[in-house]
Formats: sequence, structure tokens, C-alpha cells
Amino acid sequence: MSDLKPGDRVRIDTIDTADPAVQRLMVLGLVEGAELKFLRSSLGGDPLEFRIYGASISLRRAQAQHFHVSQLGAHGNPG
Amino acid sequence: MATRVETAVSVDSVTIHRRAAGTVAVVGNPNAGKSSVFNRLTGLRQSTANYPGVTVERRVGRGVFGKTSLDLVDLPGTYSLSPNSTDERIAVDVLFGRVTGTRRPEALLAVIDATRLYQGLYLLQQLVELGRPMIVALTMTDAAQRQGLRIDYAALQEALGGVPVYPVVATTGRGFPALNEALGRLLETPAPRVVEHWAELRKVAAQLAERWHVGGVDLHPIEVERLLIDAGTQTAGTQLQEDLAAARKQLFGGAPPLAVEARRRYAWVRATLARVETPGSLVVSRGAALLEWINRPWPATALFVLTMALVFQAVFAWAKPFMDLIDAGISAIGAAIGAWLPPGALNSFVVDGAIAGVGSVIVFLPQILILFLFIIVMEDTGYLARAAFLVDRAMRVVGLSGQSVIPLLSSFACAVPAIMATRVIPNRRDRIATILAAPFMTCSARLPVYALLIAAFVPVRPVGIFNLQGLVLFGLYVIGILGGVGTALLLRRSVLRGENPTFILALPEFRMPNLQTVGLKLLDRVRVFLKRAGTVIFAVAVVVWALAYFPRSAAVDEHRTQARTVAAATLTGAELTKRYAAIDNEASAEHLAQSWLGRAGHVVEPVFRPLGWDWRVSAAVIAGFPAREVVVAVLGTIYAVGGDADEQTLAGQLTAARHPDGSLVFTLPMVLGLLLFYAWCLQCAATLAVIRRETNSWGWPVFAWTYMTALGYTGALLIYQLGS
Ligand SMILES: Nc1nc2c(ncn2[C@@H]2O[C@H](COP(=O)(O)OP(=O)(O)O)[C@@H](O)[C@H]2O)c(=O)[nH]1
Repeated sequence: MSDLKPGDRVRIDTIDTADPAVQRLMVLGLVEGAELKFLRSSLGGDPLEFRIYGASISLRRAQAQHFHVSQLGAHGNPG
Repeated sequence: MATRVETAVSVDSVTIHRRAAGTVAVVGNPNAGKSSVFNRLTGLRQSTANYPGVTVERRVGRGVFGKTSLDLVDLPGTYSLSPNSTDERIAVDVLFGRVTGTRRPEALLAVIDATRLYQGLYLLQQLVELGRPMIVALTMTDAAQRQGLRIDYAALQEALGGVPVYPVVATTGRGFPALNEALGRLLETPAPRVVEHWAELRKVAAQLAERWHVGGVDLHPIEVERLLIDAGTQTAGTQLQEDLAAARKQLFGGAPPLAVEARRRYAWVRATLARVETPGSLVVSRGAALLEWINRPWPATALFVLTMALVFQAVFAWAKPFMDLIDAGISAIGAAIGAWLPPGALNSFVVDGAIAGVGSVIVFLPQILILFLFIIVMEDTGYLARAAFLVDRAMRVVGLSGQSVIPLLSSFACAVPAIMATRVIPNRRDRIATILAAPFMTCSARLPVYALLIAAFVPVRPVGIFNLQGLVLFGLYVIGILGGVGTALLLRRSVLRGENPTFILALPEFRMPNLQTVGLKLLDRVRVFLKRAGTVIFAVAVVVWALAYFPRSAAVDEHRTQARTVAAATLTGAELTKRYAAIDNEASAEHLAQSWLGRAGHVVEPVFRPLGWDWRVSAAVIAGFPAREVVVAVLGTIYAVGGDADEQTLAGQLTAARHPDGSLVFTLPMVLGLLLFYAWCLQCAATLAVIRRETNSWGWPVFAWTYMTALGYTGALLIYQLGS
């Protein structure tokens, strides 16, 4: 999930859950099956901002790489 | 659990006229509009204090709903019952009745953002399982409507096991009549039907609760569930730990319990969301397009720089006239009272101790008010989180995260509110590194000292398009930043070593600031500032006054009287007035020389001699340790130009000051060293008091003081020794 283009819509397939920060993100809704839209990366390419069912969440690439995603077509609807 | 304390009787600090029928916790996700709802329901019948042992503010208010009056406790915002910061821990502890002095809430008012139901439902499901009477205030329904979002309230209520849902707009008060009425009936509302979603966990937790109950440990099964899931967050006896470990193994295998819980609950959340919410067709308005553009890296950077420039301009330039006014007002009041009271110790105490002390507190208020105003507006519009997002990458270089940037920038005005603002940083190591870096930033109390020394010793000489004086001042700011950043870096590499801080932040939507919210928060913070810093600053002013005043020498007074008599016999008119003033100033200087402070200056002079300081400078520096801004006044008195003398006169005296051997005291290396000392030294009791409160330890303030003093001393020593 750490190399996407702004506007990409993805679904989370699997997650490496060992990192406690990843678990925090899961509590915020980044779980398997959730659909996200990648909005933008910040100055210098990190952190990243995602939209997930109406909420915006930012996280660093270091955490994003623990989420494995597949791209959705333009019709995915993560809010 | 051994640490658990339950109080049966509420000891709420609200003045209780009638007994409240019960305590209701106001719970919700951060930024869901919880304080807006709370303020609307309680009006101004609320009070704030601290939870014991932590600096989280405890807001309690009395609300009257029909015939029922209830105590509402506004809990810190949280996303779940698995706490991730001090704030969230308090929210969970209050819910379970684990906080001394706060009654376990009988019922819950959940405040949920209609536009972020996804995360709201997660918390709601956990709250429903607590099995207490509960209602939901669904806020931001206006924003939801604008987004074209449609919510089926009846279906939502059904999904929550019958918890009534009330759509409201917290900013305008829409929907509040119905909410008020529901609150009046809340205590009689039946607890929600718990939707069985994880039978196995429920069963294991119930068994453990039973077993421990026999052993004398009383925990609600839901609390046991939390212990099972939030591994390592609780301190419990070893027997309990063993039981928990065994049960965890059985329930989760090797998987992290929190991840397992999140998966299960969000599966339910998504299914529920599909039933209760119809997403709108996203119409892109012009405003949205602008916000989108502004969020791109470069426009965002430009906006950030502009915003910060505006904040600085406001804090320093806009506050200046008010500060001058306060200064003049305090001096005038002091002069009037000083003329009215008979001369002597009482006069001096009232004028130079008490009034000057109050003055030194309120003179900071304009800056603090403006600074807080900007921070609160940035918070309320959601910009604070955006700024943190923007600079996170840059802050990582020094081992901090984006969330440290606002506290660090605030400390250019004053470290006290800055350190209070570090509470948003969830990671403790991160937070402490930020707290220790903050006092290095050039705060406004350092400026008078810089201004004095620069005006006196740095020549006005053009350097390119700049001026040497300006460059030196700029250099001092840079030195402060370097000190702070270096310290953060050092700490993160040593005692505060740990994995790179993460940056997980919910970025709120941009919102127009709400006048009432901003006003209430501003009042609240200013009150806290006055309580925290004001009392310390005042006490310090009085103590320094006493040290500089006592003991009085009769000989000095006698000498003064004689000199005045001689002057009166030889001079008249303006000449005489001038001579009188000079005599008085000299007498003040002599008094100070043999006061406790003056003697202390002589005693510590050997320590500071390697830095090129004489006993006068040493005494002034000692006086400045509790509050650095008093240094200029002490120098003014000690060099016999009067405490209120302007910079020019004092600067003149300083350039002429000599050591007993005839050499100049204020040589360039000595002045540069002194400036560096000021840049790096922690001369502020208020800051130390705040560090002590916010870290809840004596160790950190003691460390900060020792470390910064040593750093300042060494720096000044090197510059003087190498330069001379
Ligand atoms: N449009 C709209 N804004 C709201 C509503 N409720 C709160 N706000 C705004 O949302 C922001 C966050 O509210 P606040 O009460 O501070 O949230 P808290 O963090 O949950 O205490 C503030 O700017 C409020 O003015 C609402 O129902 N509709």
C-alpha cells in the first residue's frame, strides 16, 4: 500500500499485524476487506493520507507497507 | 485488582444544590463534536479540574433535563476501549469506575459523527456491550446532508440493540429538544440488548471473572475482556497475569488480540453500515476543489509558512501595544500607591514585590491570549492536524514526529503553553523529547535581555542588506533551535531511544471555526495558564523581591539622607531633582549590594569568574534563575540607574563597568558568552513547574534544569576563554 498514485482505490487483502502501530491502524478501520482511497502523500513523499468510509487517516510508509492491497476499478466506493 | 478504588459517593467539585439523579459519561471519537454537545447541555454550569496524577482535564457539568438533573462527565475523545494515550486511558478508566473521586457513570451519552459512522460504530459496539442505559447523539447531520449521505436511524437503532439515536447539529442546537427529553428519561431507559458477536470471548471472560471473584478480585466481565485484549496495558497480580496468558493463548493462538478484535468488529461495522447508510453522489463543490489544491505539498507549504509568519507577527507585534499599556498601567498604579504608603519595607513590598509580581504575570497575557487564540482556531478548523501531516517528514530527521511542531513553535512565545500543548502526542518518549526541546526556543522573556546586551555591545554595522545587530539576534534564535533540536536528537538516541515514532493521525475535515467553541476553549486555557504559571511567576517575583530587599542597612539610609541634605543646600530646581534621583539610585544599588542577593552574587562570583562575570552580573543571573525577565531590572538597580531606567542609560553604564583590577567587565567574548548562557539556560520556575506536572515526575524537571544550565555554562566558558 506504500506505492500508489493519488486517486487510487484499493481493498486491503492481508496485513502483517506484528507492528503495534499496525494494530492501532486496524482499530481505526484498516482491516482486511476495507476499501480505501489514496489521497496524497505529504511533502517529501511521506506520510500518506487515505480516505476510509468518510474519514481521513494519515500514516507513514513504514506502516503502510504492512498492508497488502489490490486495486479496485473506478467503481469501487470507499466513500 | 489491587489498584482499584471505588468511591460510592460522588465528590464532584460542582457546587451541588440538588443531588443529581446520576452521572452520565459523554463518550465519543475525537472531533465528533463532544465538547460542543457537552457545552450545549450544561451551559456554563460546568467545572474543570485535573484527574488525580495526570494533567488530563476533568470536565464535569450539571444538566437539568425536565425534572431530572444529571452530572455529565465529558470524557476525552477515544476511538475504542483500547487506550493509546493518557487521554484515552482516562476515558476508559472513568467508564469502568477506576478513577478516584469520579463516580462510575450509570449511563452513557455517545456522541458520534454522522459523516464518520464507520469509526463511530466500532466504538458504539463496544459501548453497547457495557450494558448500561445509553443514547446516541448523532452530530454533524448538517454536514452529512450536504454530502448527500442518508442514514436510516431506525435501522441504526435496531443494529445497536435498541439504543435510541438522536440526530443533532451541535453548533446550531438542532435536534436538542428531543435529546434533552431523552436525557431526562435516560436512567430509566433499559440497557441495550447485547448483540452476541463473540460468544467465545464472552464465555472465557465470564469464567475468569467468576474465578477471580472467589479470589477476592472483583472485575466486570467486560473489564476482563479488555484485559484479555489489551495485553500488557494493565498491571495486575501475577496469578491474574498467568490466567490471562493462558486464556489469550486459547482464544487468539499467536495472533495479536487487538488485530483479531478489530477484524471481528469491523466485519460487523461494514455489514451494519451497508444497512443503515446510503452514500451520496459525491458532488465536487468549488470549495472542495480549493481545499484539494491547498492540500498539495507546495501550496500547503506556502500556506504553512504564511500561517506561522502571521502567528509570529500577531504574537509579537499585535501584543506589543497591549503589553506596553499594561506595563505603563502597572507602573502608574505602583507609583501612586508608592507615593501614598509611607516609605519602608511595606511600601517596597507592595510596590516592588506584590504589584510588580502581578504585573509580571499579566504582562504576558496579551501574547498568551493571541497565541492560544491561533492554536485553538487552528485546532477547530482542523488545520493543526494538517500542519502536523505536512512537516512530519522534516521532524523525523530529529527523531520527532509532525505532532511536535506546534508545541515547538508555540514555545517561541512561551514554553509553558507549549509544554501544555504536547498532550496531543501519544508516544511518551516523543512527548518528553518535545517537552525538553521546548525551553530552548527563544521565548519572549529572553528578548529584553537580548535587546539590552545587543544594543549595548553589538555595533550598528551593515552586513550585506542586513544589520549586524539583527544578525546577532537572528543567530540567537538559531542557537536556541540548534540547542533544542540537538537535545531532542540526543535524547532519542540515548535515554529515550525507541522505535521511530509512528505518525497515525486522523485528519479532520476543514471546518469553519465556531465562535462559541473558540471562546469557551480560549477562556479555559487562559484560566489553566493563570493557575499553572501565574501563581509560580507571582511567587517568584515576591521571593526575588525579598532577597533583593533584606537585610536593610541603616548605614546606607543614613548616607542617603546626608547626601540629600548636602544636595538641597547647594542645588535648586531641575538640578536638585536630578541629583536626588542619582542619590536614590546609588542608595538602591548599595542596598542591593549588601542584600541577600548581593551577597549571593559575591559568594558565587568565583564560579562565574571563568566566564568573565563580576559579582554584579552573577547576582543578576542568580535573580534570573526563577524568572529570566527580572534580570534587566536587577541590572538596572545594581548599576544604580534605577529599575525602570531605559535601555540606553543602562547600556551606557554596562559599557563602562570595570573589574576591580580596572579591566572592562563587558568585553565582546564575555557578552557573547552571556548571550549564549541566556539562550540555553532554563531560567524559568514556571516552565519547571509545568514540566513537573506534565511528566508527572521530579526527575525530568531536575534533569532539564541541570542539563540546560551545564550547557549554557560550558558554552559561555568556551566562548570567553577562547575569545579572550
Ligand atoms: N457542522 C457541524 N459542526 C460541528 C457540529 N458539532 C461540532 N461541530 C464543530 O466540530 C468541531 C469539533 O467540535 P468539538 O466539540 O470541539 O469536538 P470534540 O473534539 O469531540 O470535543 C468544532 O469546530 C465544532 O464547532 C455539528 O453538529 N455540525
